[in-house]
Amino acid sequence: MAESAKDLVMHDIKRSVILDMLNKGQRMDDRAPDQYRPISVQKGVIDTAEGSAIAKIGKTQILVGAKMATATPFPDRPKEGVFSVNCEFLPLANSSFEPGPPDEDSIELARVTDRGIRSAEVEGDNSITENFFLEEGKVMALFLDIYVLDHSGNMTDSASLAAIGALLDVKIPKYDPDTKTLIRNETSGKLGLKHLPIATTFAKVGQHTLCDPTREEMLAADAKLTITTTQNGQIAAMQKGKGAFTRDEVLDAVDVAFKKSAELRKYVL
Amino acid sequence: MAEEKKLIINGKRIDGRSPDDLRPLRIETGVLNEADGSAFVQWGGNKIVAGIYGPRECIPKHEANPYKALVKCRYTMSPFASKEEHGRSGPNRRSIEISKVIREVFENIVVAELYPMTQIDIFIDVLQAEGGTRVGAITAAAAALADAGIPMRDMVCGVAVGKADGTIVLDLGKEEDNFGESDVPMAISNRGKELLLIQMDGLLTKEELAIAIDKAMAASEKIHAMQTEAITKRYEKLESEGLKL
Repeated sequence: MAESAKDLVMHDIKRSVILDMLNKGQRMDDRAPDQYRPISVQKGVIDTAEGSAIAKIGKTQILVGAKMATATPFPDRPKEGVFSVNCEFLPLANSSFEPGPPDEDSIELARVTDRGIRSAEVEGDNSITENFFLEEGKVMALFLDIYVLDHSGNMTDSASLAAIGALLDVKIPKYDPDTKTLIRNETSGKLGLKHLPIATTFAKVGQHTLCDPTREEMLAADAKLTITTTQNGQIAAMQKGKGAFTRDEVLDAVDVAFKKSAELRKYVL
Repeated sequence: MAEEKKLIINGKRIDGRSPDDLRPLRIETGVLNEADGSAFVQWGGNKIVAGIYGPRECIPKHEANPYKALVKCRYTMSPFASKEEHGRSGPNRRSIEISKVIREVFENIVVAELYPMTQIDIFIDVLQAEGGTRVGAITAAAAALADAGIPMRDMVCGVAVGKADGTIVLDLGKEEDNFGESDVPMAISNRGKELLLIQMDGLLTKEELAIAIDKAMAASEKIHAMQTEAITKRYEKLESEGLKL
């Protein structure tokens, strides 16, 4: 996503406007610094997927589809299931998105989403993949595909909400040991999610820390931080984007992350 | 082909339709916020979203045409679009061909001469598939182009007709597509009544093909009316309500 000279000039202008307003205690869309745009999550929107959800935060719309398949386990973990997250920035989602293989931003988004879920729900006891072992050399795989349909800022939190929504919606297909295939119209149950990790993203513009930054606020931002927290009071993932944060800024953000993720989590339940 | 699967029983198709019935169809425009124009089509078990960008700068620049805009099309299917295995994201041989034939539909009707040196991007993503995605894609893309305000000489919609258990049936479902004798996807311009896309696989006689085209022409009137309604409705609301999957 190369930025043209025109974009760079516009960034400077927008940044100064956004910063001036923040110094007067205003955000461009009249939100409080820690206030999210309107949120909605709808589960079970794709009939062909084992689980799905579309999350909307403001004008950002992200669809996540969960598909299950049989797979060969990793050689060092022969009893464990496979969990994989991919992300597509569809070119229809923003004028800056170009067709082609995933770029570094979409890979990062997939991996940050993956880490939050993997830390909280996949690794350790009560893993959602613990019952994925089928027989020697065969396990179940769970694929999450993040489909960005509209990028108007804060894709990370929208993707996280949609991903958890899709996982909650998953109906695990039955395995037929005779044919060694999945019976997709029969289900053996749901995933046992316990922690519901939700990402919350912060932008630092000047001295101001903002929740749920819009795309324009993000362009104006000096720094970006995503913190994924569980409903059991644990941090499951963190990712700093551009810029720098002090120790206290990070710790303050963690407090806000717990508070905000609890609010966001209500939308997926 | 697979004879054991009965596709028509007592004159009714496996989903209960008569031979000339369309699957339920919903068309909505303005479903995306970022795109210059957009549309969503839910057609039976298909869920298809189209987004338009442009006219905008042609990239790569050497492709730019000094006399007209380039129309570009990218049709893709999500990895979770089918009931079967997890698919691979991004283009494949099938989607590359479909992207080309869809582009060749819209090159006929977009008034490209108005925008030299630019490109108009048609992006189509099949979120959920149940047979007939290319004609659904065309129906969605046409509504999205209108929503984007791209001047067009005519409106276009797609519909497939095929043969199942010896009967010519309108708007094939997935089973009919997989197990039927033939499939003829078509795109029809509304005023000109021209076939802007016609493909076929399977076997049909000339008489059967004539019936198939007539059925598609008749159905296109209904589909076009729904496109018009979707585009008109767009002007009743100021803000997009987003995708309703």
